[in-house]
Amino acid sequence: MSQTEFTSKQAALLRNYQASAGNYDEIVGPDGSPRPHWIPLLSSLERLNPEELAARQDNTRKVVREHGATYNVYSDPENVGRPWSLDLMPFVIPTAEWSQIESGLIQRARLLNLILADVYGPQKLLEDGLLPPALIFGNPGFLRACHGIQPPGGRFLFVHGVDLARGIDGSWRVLADCTQAPSGTGYTLENRLVLSRVLPDEFRESRVHRLAGFFQSARDTLRALAPAGRDNPNVVLLTPGPYNETYSEQVFLARYLGFTLVEGGDLTVRDRRVWLKTREGLRPVDVILRRVDDTFCDPLELRADSSLGVPGLVQAIRAGNVILANALGSGVVEMPGLMPFLPGICRHLLNEELQLPCIATWWCGQAEASGYVRDHLDELVIHPAYVPVRVEPNPVGKLDTAARESLLQKVINAPGDFVAQEQIRPSTAPAWGNGGLEPRPVVLRAFVTASESGFSVMPGGLTRYSGGSGETAVSMQRGGASKDTWVLADGPISNVTLLRPPPHVIRLERSAIEVTSRVGDNLFWLGRYTERLEDLVRVLRCLLVRLTGEAGSEETPEVSALVRLLVNLDLFPQRFRQGYTLAGVERETYLLIYQTHRLGTVREVAGRLRGLAFVLRDRFSADTWNILGRVQVSARARPGRAQAGEALGVLSTLVADLAAFSGMEMENMTRGHGWRLLDLGRRLERAINVITLMQAALGLEKQSQAVLDPVLEITDSVMTYRRRYFAEPQWPGVLDLLLSDESNPRSLAFQFAALAEHASHLPRENAPAGLEVPVAQIGALREMLQEGDWQALAESGEEALEQGALALLERCGLGLRTVSDSITHLYFSHAETRVS
Amino acid sequence: MRYSVSHETSYHYNNAVSVSHHLIRLTPRPLPYQRPLNHVITVLPRPAVLDTHSDYFGNSVNFVTIEGPHRELSVRSECEIELSPKRAVDAKNTPAWENVRELCRGNTHLDAGRSCEFVFASPLIPLRDEFFEYTAEVFAAGKPILEAAIDLMRRIHDEFEFDPKATTVATPLQQVFRQRRGVCQDFAHLQIACLRSHGLPARYVSGYIETVPPPGQPKLVGADASHAWLQLWCGESGWCDLDPTNNLLPQERHITLAWGRDFGDVSPLRGVLVGSGNHHLKVAVDVTPLPEPA
Repeated sequence: MSQTEFTSKQAALLRNYQASAGNYDEIVGPDGSPRPHWIPLLSSLERLNPEELAARQDNTRKVVREHGATYNVYSDPENVGRPWSLDLMPFVIPTAEWSQIESGLIQRARLLNLILADVYGPQKLLEDGLLPPALIFGNPGFLRACHGIQPPGGRFLFVHGVDLARGIDGSWRVLADCTQAPSGTGYTLENRLVLSRVLPDEFRESRVHRLAGFFQSARDTLRALAPAGRDNPNVVLLTPGPYNETYSEQVFLARYLGFTLVEGGDLTVRDRRVWLKTREGLRPVDVILRRVDDTFCDPLELRADSSLGVPGLVQAIRAGNVILANALGSGVVEMPGLMPFLPGICRHLLNEELQLPCIATWWCGQAEASGYVRDHLDELVIHPAYVPVRVEPNPVGKLDTAARESLLQKVINAPGDFVAQEQIRPSTAPAWGNGGLEPRPVVLRAFVTASESGFSVMPGGLTRYSGGSGETAVSMQRGGASKDTWVLADGPISNVTLLRPPPHVIRLERSAIEVTSRVGDNLFWLGRYTERLEDLVRVLRCLLVRLTGEAGSEETPEVSALVRLLVNLDLFPQRFRQGYTLAGVERETYLLIYQTHRLGTVREVAGRLRGLAFVLRDRFSADTWNILGRVQVSARARPGRAQAGEALGVLSTLVADLAAFSGMEMENMTRGHGWRLLDLGRRLERAINVITLMQAALGLEKQSQAVLDPVLEITDSVMTYRRRYFAEPQWPGVLDLLLSDESNPRSLAFQFAALAEHASHLPRENAPAGLEVPVAQIGALREMLQEGDWQALAESGEEALEQGALALLERCGLGLRTVSDSITHLYFSHAETRVS
Repeated sequence: MRYSVSHETSYHYNNAVSVSHHLIRLTPRPLPYQRPLNHVITVLPRPAVLDTHSDYFGNSVNFVTIEGPHRELSVRSECEIELSPKRAVDAKNTPAWENVRELCRGNTHLDAGRSCEFVFASPLIPLRDEFFEYTAEVFAAGKPILEAAIDLMRRIHDEFEFDPKATTVATPLQQVFRQRRGVCQDFAHLQIACLRSHGLPARYVSGYIETVPPPGQPKLVGADASHAWLQLWCGESGWCDLDPTNNLLPQERHITLAWGRDFGDVSPLRGVLVGSGNHHLKVAVDVTPLPEPA
């Protein structure tokens, strides 16, 4: 189709698109027709009708959710992990334009790397007057502890992120550099995976450069960075933890690249080397890809108040035993104060002109600059000279008088602490809004990574756009959204790999993902909370079914027995012993489901479960994580006025989701220590629950017969009982089935057997003196259960059966506590505290 | 003067510590007027790692790792020191303070002395208007820099009370300034802050002073532990020491260990431990004059 034909047809998509006259628009040229490089995409999209386009947008949201991509917004405590938002419309850049950007980016990475080598070395730039000493010596990002440490091959930068925007004149400018621990590569890849799935034909037809090669090269280079003589280097990704805003991307990257995700507490320095604490002992670490900021990396030599770092890390680096990517101290070149000096330094160090200009910046510490700044104050933005610009402040002209005065006073007192920058109006690109495509200001974060031959650029990047068309501040923290960036190829695309599902693109190694001690703790508690939630949900569902049934009334024996059972379980208030109404019981039940700030409600336990799942995301497959995500959503769906039907629906969905999770876990988790710890938690909790439930049931004075059906239902053993006895439940049979029968997965005996099995497989070589894996104790418990002869006791009368059962349960409970204590001491007590 | 110096720091931890790392800055700097002899550092329990390197400011640092459970840690530093008189500086003949300020702006290139490193705020020494205002009158136009600094030192000495109970290492400088009391570390920080807020380069010095005065001389304040004072760069007159705690220009009774921007750069003993709760700390410093060698 020729371009003229197309222009007449594209009315549908761009009909209401109003590019503002003052800005450069990415899609619509000055003559009002679409720029040529957008045409293949536009013509592909033209084939879709509005319903289909809306469906694709929905699909984008759904796929993003499936991938589990989230962005943590610090100011929103209720909502850890807001879903990442991705626009259906990609940002398109033609090859010719990209190769210029690419060459400019490589030059920039080389340049900043050389500046770092000088700043942390001879400081010739300062002596020669090319870089004002104040910008280094006054800069809190200049780490004196790292001066003199030159990384092998002089590689300070491993990943370099560059924020770019296109000005009114159509040329690209650098807004900011990210040089210590740039975020965004993972989100970029996720965006690509999602969009290439949602727009498969469009993607293929547009001939988009693939991203996989970039990651492949990054991974190979990272492994090659390892100190000499380490054959199969251990690379870890150091994260600040689950509450960091970009944790989800870190999980994704660690998985994609096949590196173990670790927190500072998972690492320790011994003998000038860094080690990973695992259940099996200490494993050496050769390379650390870090997402922790410079000053937080070592509380001994850097910020003493940091709990995210590893004490002694700087010494290990100094000794050449571990490589950090990026090198510690790299953050110093992120400062905007550097920008005015880059062209001169570039000429001096590279003998080249700087290819990618920075946004116009004046360092107020220079006399000439401060004169200009004074004269053009209102158009300019004032910003601290040392702090990287992440959110663009308002220009001075838009500040109120008081704010303006106080800012100016600060600049006059310490001019060297500030820069002034021109306010940029980024170009606008089409994004899907309410009625169709709307122009939105965009900023592109491009990435450079070290490669064998120097640096290479990711052909693409993370494009962000701001929420409103008039805004210029483009920040994810303020509710912007992102786009996939399509760099179009001239010729055919070499098909690397990327269209296969994400976690398998790069070969994963079995040993690469290890169970750290912290992960072990969390898995154990995940097992316990899963089981605790299931037990609670089953108890409540059992009651609610009977309240809403036809037979529901205060006098029904089963209802009355269940209410008192719940009182005995400490779920219902003691006053229900004296009397209750169905409405009162119903109300208490809803509270137990929906109440937020109360320990032990369904919602609260589900929240804990989800919190644990959240910090363990890197251990689960996407499908498993999906299920765990649902556990939270269903418990949150609080109806305006709680209806029994809806509440039952919530509970039943939870039961099904928890069962699905158990299934996933049984089928998909490798049987390593991680799985064992999860199941250990589950068995321990289930054993405790059976004991508590049976104690509560036996403690009912009257109508104790009526509680048997509910008890079987709660323990999911109704069918088994019926098959076995073909009769109404009786106490001896129920006790046998739920306590002594090792073949019933719900029985106490089964849990003990499983505990014994786990205990015999857990590592014991590191056991502290005086502690043993409690194999013998568990054996004794199992024997004790086998001795319970319920039929014989029953023949001596109801009283004897009840007393006998209670006595046995009491002993089992005590025994279990001892077992649980020794397991906790053996495997969980080295969660050590740190003082400084 | 010759001194024998011994400095012992011992920690007792309530619970066993499984690993600990420490940075030790207890090696006296060799200087034109100071010659350290036979310096020995002894760490108990025996460390798994004991490395030595020179830090950014040229101070000698030991990095120590102790592995295996321990409840005690002791670090003992011993040496002899020979001090000779410093080059005399006549305060009246030092450059006007504004000239030094001009040399140290750091907005074009590095001056030969690299002294502009010490005009900026540092983690423990923020630069605030109140420090500038407090000393504005001392810095009369054209006043020789060392004279102004001596006036400032006297003023701090007169208006601030030495009170070991008033502050801890964590007390912010603004609070010291408000409550007008503190210890040598606080006074050194404060005078540095005042000097830097006028654009003058000043650095923090950690060291000792003699604990037993020669007959007939008063015992110096702050003598029972490590001491702190400051140095000011006076242009062509070089770096000059000032001790605001004792209101004097240090001569042969001050032993220099290390210098940096503030206490954080030169902390004699800094450590991170894994596995303990509280700890008790004991410090004993002994600086005894030795008879001059024949």
